Amino acid sequence: MTLQERRILLNKVIMILSTTAALLGIIFLFWIIAVLFYKGFTALNLNIFVHDMAPPGREPSGLRNALVGQLILVLGASAIGVPIGVLAGTYLSEYGGKKSRLARLIRDISDIMMSTPSIVIGAFIYAILVAPMGHFRGWAGIAALVVMMIPIVLRTTDDMLQLVPGSLREAAIALGAPKYKMIIQVVYRGAKTGMLTGILLSIARIAGETAPLLFTSFSNNFYSTDLNNPIASLTVTMYNYATSPYEDWIDQGWAAALILALFVLGANIIGRIIIRKRKGEH
Amino acid sequence: MATICEVTHEHIIEVENFSFYYAGVDTPNLKNINMPIGKGAVTALIGPSGCGKTTLLRCFNRMHDLYPGNRYEGKILLEGHNILDKNEDLIKLRTKIGMIFQKPTPFPMSIYDNVAYGLRLQGIKSKSELDGRVEKALKDEALWKEVGDRLKSPGTALSGGQQQRLCIARAVAVEPEVLLFDEPTSALDPISTQAIEELITKLKEKVTIIIVTHNMQQAARVSDYTAFMYLGDLIELGVTEELFITPKEEMTEQYITGKFG
Repeated sequence: MTLQERRILLNKVIMILSTTAALLGIIFLFWIIAVLFYKGFTALNLNIFVHDMAPPGREPSGLRNALVGQLILVLGASAIGVPIGVLAGTYLSEYGGKKSRLARLIRDISDIMMSTPSIVIGAFIYAILVAPMGHFRGWAGIAALVVMMIPIVLRTTDDMLQLVPGSLREAAIALGAPKYKMIIQVVYRGAKTGMLTGILLSIARIAGETAPLLFTSFSNNFYSTDLNNPIASLTVTMYNYATSPYEDWIDQGWAAALILALFVLGANIIGRIIIRKRKGEH
Repeated sequence: MATICEVTHEHIIEVENFSFYYAGVDTPNLKNINMPIGKGAVTALIGPSGCGKTTLLRCFNRMHDLYPGNRYEGKILLEGHNILDKNEDLIKLRTKIGMIFQKPTPFPMSIYDNVAYGLRLQGIKSKSELDGRVEKALKDEALWKEVGDRLKSPGTALSGGQQQRLCIARAVAVEPEVLLFDEPTSALDPISTQAIEELITKLKEKVTIIIVTHNMQQAARVSDYTAFMYLGDLIELGVTEELFITPKEEMTEQYITGKFG
C-alpha cells in the first residue's frame, strides 16, 4: 500500500467512525422522543386537564392539580428569580465592571452554582426552610427553583449586556442621560433579545426539575393553590406515578412527561428562533 | 510655553493651567494646558497618536467621569463658569456640550426615536413639538430627503455616513452651545466625509465646534483655529492658515511637513 492509499483509507475510517458516533447520539434522541410521543399521546385525553389525581383504578382521574401546581411553582419562581437575576446581571455589567473584585467573585460563584446538582439545592432548602418549619410547603419549592434560576439569568444578562458596545453608553451619557436611563433605554434595548432568550431558557430549565421539589414542595394528591402546604407538580407526580405498579398511573405518568417535554421544547425552540432572528438582523 | 495666537472670536471656553491624570497614573496625561476656544469658530486638535487630543476633547464634557479614578487639575471655564467644579451638574453640562464619536453610535431604536432621545431627556413630551424639532434637525443635517419617509425604521439600518449624520442630528436637536467631534470621519468613505465636513462648516453659524482629527487636510479644510499637541503638551495654537503655512514652533513645522508623527 502506498502512502497516498494509506492516507485515503485512514481518512475514510475516521469519517465513518465520527459519522457513526454522531448518528448514535441522534438515534437515542429520536428514540426518546418517539417513545415519549407514542406513549404520551395514547395516554393524553381531556380528563387529564379537567380532573384531579385519583387513587389507582378510580375513574375519572387526571392531572389538573399537578398542572396547576407546576404552573404556580414555575411562575412564582420566575416572578422572583427573573427580576433578581436581571438586576444582579445589571450590577455586574454596568456597575461592577470587569475589574471589580466583588463582581468577579459573584461571577465565579454563579458559574459554580449553575453546575451544582439540583438535589443539593433541594437538600439545602429543606435544611433551612422545611425542617425548621416542620412540614413541606409550596413556598419552599419556589425558593429552591429561585436559587437555581438566579445564577442562570444573572450570567446571561451579564454576558448580553457586555456585548453592547461601550460607545453606545458614552453616546447616551454625552446626550445628558442619567445612568439609569442610559441602562434602561439604550443598553437593555440593545441586549433585549439576548436577555429574553436567557430568561426563557432558565424557565425551561427549572420547569423540568424534580429533585429540588422532592424535599420542598413535595406533592399533593388534592387540588391546592395554598403555598403554605405541600403542592403537586408534574415532575414529582411523574416520578411517583412512573415508579408505581398501577397501569393507569403509569400511563398518566407518560402524559405528564409529554406535557412537560412539550413545554420545555417549546421554550427552547422559541429561544432559538429569537437568537436566529437576532443574528439575521446583523 | 506654548505659542498661542490671538483668538479674535469671543472666547466661549478658557482652559487655564489644566492638567489631567488617568486613574492610577502619577504623571499627567495632559500637562498644564492654557488655551481659549473661539465662539462660533471651529477649533481643530491635531497631533500624533497618543498626544492627548482625544483625552482633552473628552474633558470638555467630563466624559472621563464615567470611569472612576480619573482626575482633573486647573480650570476649564465655559462662559466664565468652571465646569470642573465638583458640584457641576454633569447632565446639564452635557446638554450644553454635545459629542460626536469616531464610530457612528445610533441607538437600537427608530430614526425618529434616535433624534428625539435627547429632547425627551429634557422632558419634552408634546408630540407636535417633538415632530417639529426632529424634522428640523434632520433637515439641518441634510438627512430629511433620504429618511423623511421612513422615520420608523431602525437607525442601525442606515449606511455609515447616514448613521453619523443621524448622530449629528441627534446632538444638534437639543441645541447645544458647543459640539465636540472625535475623529468623526475616520470610519467613513470620502463622499460621506465630504458631507460631514460641509455640515461642520454650516453648523458653526449656530454652535462652537472642537474637532479632533488625524487628517491634517481635514483640519485645514474645516477649522478656523488649529491646536497642535504633542505628548500631552499644547505646542501651538494658531489661526489655521497661519499654522499650516508659517508655523511659529519648530516642532509644529516638523509635524505638518511630515518629519515625524
